[in-house]
Amino acid sequence: MSRASVAEGPDGRTPLLAVEGLKVHFPVLSGVLRRSVGTVRAVDGVSFTIHRGETLALVGESGCGKTTAGRAILGLVPATAGSIRFGDREIRGTPESAIRDIRPAMQMVFQDPQESLNPRMTVLDIIAEPLDEHRKGPKGARRGRVMKLLDAVGLARSVADRYPHEFSGGQRQRIGIARALALRPRLIVCDEPIAALDVSIQAQIVNLLDDLQNQFGLAYLFISHDLGMVRHVADRVAVMYLGRIIEVAFCDEIYGNPAHPYTRALLSAVPMPNPEVERHRQRMLLAGDVPSPSNPPSGCVFRTRCPFAYDRCRTDVPHLRPVESGHFAACHLSE
Amino acid sequence: MNREPLLEVRDLSVSFHSRDAVVHAVNRVNFVLHPGEVLGVVGESGSGKTVTMMALLGLLPSPPARISAEAVRFDGQKLLSLPPDRLRAIRGHRIGFIFQDPMTSLNPVLTVGYQIMEPMRHHLGLTRVQARDRAVELLDLVGIPDAARRLNDWPHRFSGGMRQRVMIALALACDPQVLVADEPTTALDVTIQAQILELVRSLREKVGMAIIWITHDLGVIAGLADRVMVMYAGQIVEQAGVGTLFEAASHPYTRALLGSVPDAGGVRRDRLMAITGQAAVLYRPPEACPFHSRCDEAVARCREEVPKRHSCGEEHDVACFRR
Repeated sequence: MSRASVAEGPDGRTPLLAVEGLKVHFPVLSGVLRRSVGTVRAVDGVSFTIHRGETLALVGESGCGKTTAGRAILGLVPATAGSIRFGDREIRGTPESAIRDIRPAMQMVFQDPQESLNPRMTVLDIIAEPLDEHRKGPKGARRGRVMKLLDAVGLARSVADRYPHEFSGGQRQRIGIARALALRPRLIVCDEPIAALDVSIQAQIVNLLDDLQNQFGLAYLFISHDLGMVRHVADRVAVMYLGRIIEVAFCDEIYGNPAHPYTRALLSAVPMPNPEVERHRQRMLLAGDVPSPSNPPSGCVFRTRCPFAYDRCRTDVPHLRPVESGHFAACHLSE
Repeated sequence: MNREPLLEVRDLSVSFHSRDAVVHAVNRVNFVLHPGEVLGVVGESGSGKTVTMMALLGLLPSPPARISAEAVRFDGQKLLSLPPDRLRAIRGHRIGFIFQDPMTSLNPVLTVGYQIMEPMRHHLGLTRVQARDRAVELLDLVGIPDAARRLNDWPHRFSGGMRQRVMIALALACDPQVLVADEPTTALDVTIQAQILELVRSLREKVGMAIIWITHDLGVIAGLADRVMVMYAGQIVEQAGVGTLFEAASHPYTRALLGSVPDAGGVRRDRLMAITGQAAVLYRPPEACPFHSRCDEAVARCREEVPKRHSCGEEHDVACFRR
């Protein structure tokens, strides 16, 4: 497999976002002198692409590096190595002043709408803050623009002068989404946007994200651990384990024909809302916990929990290789 | 079913009183638990599922909580009128419980071994050596490797999944007849959750205790429960066997809840069914169906009267005027 085939998306056009070999390492500091005693390899060589209007889901368990990868793309944490291209421009290593014009095109929706909205600001000011920051439009148009955004996310215009604490979790998430939309982005990184919400409210937000995607032609990087919801929203799915992408494929392909043992275990662990199915289900249970990202196993990072691991997995790092068209897995067994 | 229930709850209500307001968190809840069965309790946050169980176990501080009930009987004893020391002898001994967050429910300055052994010495009168042997046995049972050595470890040395196993070992320490588990896997990753659920299924076969499993995850309920109660705004709105509930749910809320969850294995739907609005907080005792403002089928009567649960099939009852 050539690298280009991962970088190129389903239709071969230049992707909206192309990430290549992204690494984010954090030093582990210890002692009075805060000396570096090790490195947490939160993201360790991740490559993927997102096309215009596409939803790529980044899934995995806590600590797999999915959130850090999303944050690194937006420059919220510094990337240690790799390339992040937005359209035809390289972002990583470019001074912030030189890419200020493309930052508005990439926005984020956070997990916890309680913590990501400033409690001292009104809804109007929260949503208008990115407009002010990037000096978009004349001052007089500010309120009008916010009203349009409130309409788009299904909130009443009358809420503009109220404060975040007056709203429920689902409504706060709508405010967060309106803020992300303010600068007419082309890509939104959604970091567990529904994880903090009740089941009946989750469906409201997912349907809203779906409507907005159709309306504005948005691309989403949908970071989530909820595999049921991911199947519903994603076009393609990338599965992360210990800082690496171990499998990426179209949604139906990954759920119907998972190639990597970890993906298979992950899918068989998702409880399904169907007692008949649950009763007769063959589960692939994994033993033990995820190893520490400051001391990942040699070779394949999954080998310590993999029921099929053999000698080669200890020594050789498996790379993403094609299984089917558009379906890649990093496993020696699927070669 | 003519078996004598192990736990019987009749007309239990819980309200919380502060200087400014009264919140009616649980309103006239009725249910029974039979020996050896797994009762799933489903509801969203604020539906009163945790408060109901905390009230039964005498774990709600009063004030602010006010608890009233016509009867709460466990194995023939009236739980709510027991003096605190008698209740304590039941709690942790004949009724074990596991909470959602294993970090805050384990004491960080005591070793895991001490915390498992202490209730056994207290409730079962075991000696230190006997308690230690049994603690090792329990940690083995819940799948903690190298159990004898890990008894001397502090809770922070265990991962989330391992801590939850410790909590299960602790809950099982005194051979309870009932295990109350309140969202015990919600904070865990799915592969760890699958391990814990498998463990609970096998323990249930080995030990044969009755389980009350509280969760908002319908998938977990489908794989574990025999019977399910659905709670909404402090009331039980529907109760049925697990198969009936998923195939032939009757209450509009239950149906909407099932429609709002995507199925990782079944058919991929175009659009999820969203329930509009949000659950109300009851500042007054309910005078109407709690779901009427979000319900497509609501009629005038739903706004004027509280529906009572009535039978709508074999071991299936629902609180809705339209059924």
